[in-house]
Amino acid sequence: MQPTSHAFKQNAHEALENPVLQEALGGIRTGWQAARGRAAGALPEFEQLRDTGRDIKNHVLAHLDLYLEAFTAKVEEAGGKVHWARDAAEARTIVLELCREADARTVTKSKSMIAEEIGLNPWLEANDVKPVETDLGEYIIQLAGQPPSHLVGPAVHMTKDEVSDLFHKHHGGERLEEGGALVGEARRVLRQRYLEADVGITGANFLVAETGSIITVTNEGNAELTQGLPRTHICITSIEKIVPTMEDAFTLLRLLARSATGQEFSAYTTVMTGPKREEDLDGPREFHLVLLDNGRSKMVGSAFQEMLRCIRCGACMNHCPVYLAAGGHAYGWVYVGPMGSVLTPQFVGIEEAHPLPNASTFCGRCEEVCPVRIPLPKLMRHWREEQFNRQLNPPAARYGLALWGFVARRPRLYRLATGMAVGAMRLLGGRQGRMRRLPLAGGWTGTRDMPAPQGPTFMQAWKKRRGAGS
Amino acid sequence: MNTSPRVALFVTCLVDLFRPSVGFAAVKLLERAGCQVEVPEAQTCCGQPAFNSGDRATATEMARRAVALLEPYDHVVVPSGSCAGMLRVHYPELLGEDPEWADRARAVAERCHELVSFLVDVMKVEDVEAVLEGRVTYHDSCSGLRELKIRHQPRRLLETVEGLELVEMDDSEVCCGFGGTFCVKYPEISTRMVDEKVAAIDRSGAGTVLAGDLGCLMNMAGRLKRLGSAVEVRHVAEVLAGELDAPSIGESGSREA
Repeated sequence: MQPTSHAFKQNAHEALENPVLQEALGGIRTGWQAARGRAAGALPEFEQLRDTGRDIKNHVLAHLDLYLEAFTAKVEEAGGKVHWARDAAEARTIVLELCREADARTVTKSKSMIAEEIGLNPWLEANDVKPVETDLGEYIIQLAGQPPSHLVGPAVHMTKDEVSDLFHKHHGGERLEEGGALVGEARRVLRQRYLEADVGITGANFLVAETGSIITVTNEGNAELTQGLPRTHICITSIEKIVPTMEDAFTLLRLLARSATGQEFSAYTTVMTGPKREEDLDGPREFHLVLLDNGRSKMVGSAFQEMLRCIRCGACMNHCPVYLAAGGHAYGWVYVGPMGSVLTPQFVGIEEAHPLPNASTFCGRCEEVCPVRIPLPKLMRHWREEQFNRQLNPPAARYGLALWGFVARRPRLYRLATGMAVGAMRLLGGRQGRMRRLPLAGGWTGTRDMPAPQGPTFMQAWKKRRGAGS
Repeated sequence: MNTSPRVALFVTCLVDLFRPSVGFAAVKLLERAGCQVEVPEAQTCCGQPAFNSGDRATATEMARRAVALLEPYDHVVVPSGSCAGMLRVHYPELLGEDPEWADRARAVAERCHELVSFLVDVMKVEDVEAVLEGRVTYHDSCSGLRELKIRHQPRRLLETVEGLELVEMDDSEVCCGFGGTFCVKYPEISTRMVDEKVAAIDRSGAGTVLAGDLGCLMNMAGRLKRLGSAVEVRHVAEVLAGELDAPSIGESGSREA
């Protein structure tokens, strides 16, 4: 997907002007946000669980090579085949080769952010393999020709009304309006696709080193049908999804469901180990696991290592006031919200994604709800440091900051400058107590008055008061 | 023996520039609580603008200056959760790797407090002598709330203000959209955020909104006044100190007929 992260401000402007989108985003607050609060509040050990989740992930990242070796050995022991992909292009090529070996014309897919990250669907389509998304949200945005706008609810930016129109256009027949009827129609259409598919592609929420298992989580059961029905199952996933033991995976699953949707547990959690064995009733005959790096191994040991703890729950965006105003598409690439503001620059470069780490008030709500305690504001600040050090921020901002820094490090000059600033602002707006316009501050005064200074600075007034012998 | 603690007031840039009455209210509250207040003359800014703009070198240098300036005092008190958070949380991060400064930064950080939490948690102040007739709502500024866990302290003292009825607004813990330079870099998103805050204030039915950070207060006041709202905006310290002579933020005082 061609990133448009550089245009975040314009993208956000359009989003703010779009009442349908705003209505859809409003639902996150009353929906997932509230549900997460209830679920976290109902579990006394939730905060401890977050510590444990963080520690599990930290441990894995400290021994990633060992766990990857152990995991892949177990996968092959179970009859699966492991494919290492250094970058997106390699991963795409591997998947296409596997599809060709399986003589695949259509593939079903359950939701995978890694597939989005490597741009799998357009690539398959360009090579005459038809991917069919089976997660309802992904199916909707596939029909609409849009990228996901949220980790968990890829179509969260759309209203039911828009989905009615979309289904009517693509499925024909009567225009359905009721939610249950729309879901029923999608289910009918997709059932046929599951049976037709030659290959099923899934992602994975967790990879379990001790057993070589992959774990997928859905609320629709679509991952099970995607991986279980076709002859070949390809799981496309990334290296940081490893956990040492099944117990660790279940600790993280308890955090994931509560943080994402406020559920105690997702409706379907499937543990899959290797292809179908002799004695199994069903399952794929071939199982391929594509393990993507795409820059992740470079993040290990870097200032951004903590980002690799992310379990893709979406809580950070559900609680981010900037995301809730701008929506996911404004972020201009696959990963959105606070986690996207840290990850997107890793993948598309800080030059392209420069607005994202800056589009935050550092209010800290994302970190407050992150199930694995990723210090998202700190990581966004790291990107700002990178931008500053590489002189990527606009010259006006740089010079302004340098001038301010020069003055603020010289207390006497600072006193003089603040005294003058106060005097000037009082001339501009003192009598009304506020200014409607202020030179160089249009960003503020476009929509807000600027309260005027009360009078001399505190330091001046304090000196005077002290001088008067109080 | 003089047991009254020697407290340095770190005024903050915004209070110094825009609203000295908050500084004087802080002095009054601290003195009433039995502190000996001093205002170190060489103080400037905590360095947060540099820190959050990615200029770590300038932020670090300013942290060193502030630590050196403030380390002689028993406590450092700041009428802002955001600036107090900078001193308390981020200085030890900035100077943590510097053998000469790490311990000094930590020592100052431990003795640095936001004003209202200092009064309640350290000086064990239980009530204040102040009067304000009317309904008041309190906005939890982000850094104070999340970095310093300030939530019950201002409410506890506000409940002892005579005549004051404290009502909670919806989402009092959601950011007002100020965010330092964010509000001028992303004015549209910032305005959307402050509009939601304004709507929550309106729904609460309060005639006055309070907070502990002047940045947030100026943002909320600026939007309220632009929209023609009569809601008064004040720093919590002014109310707790009973210092209500100064017109509320963004008002000239000539409004009342």
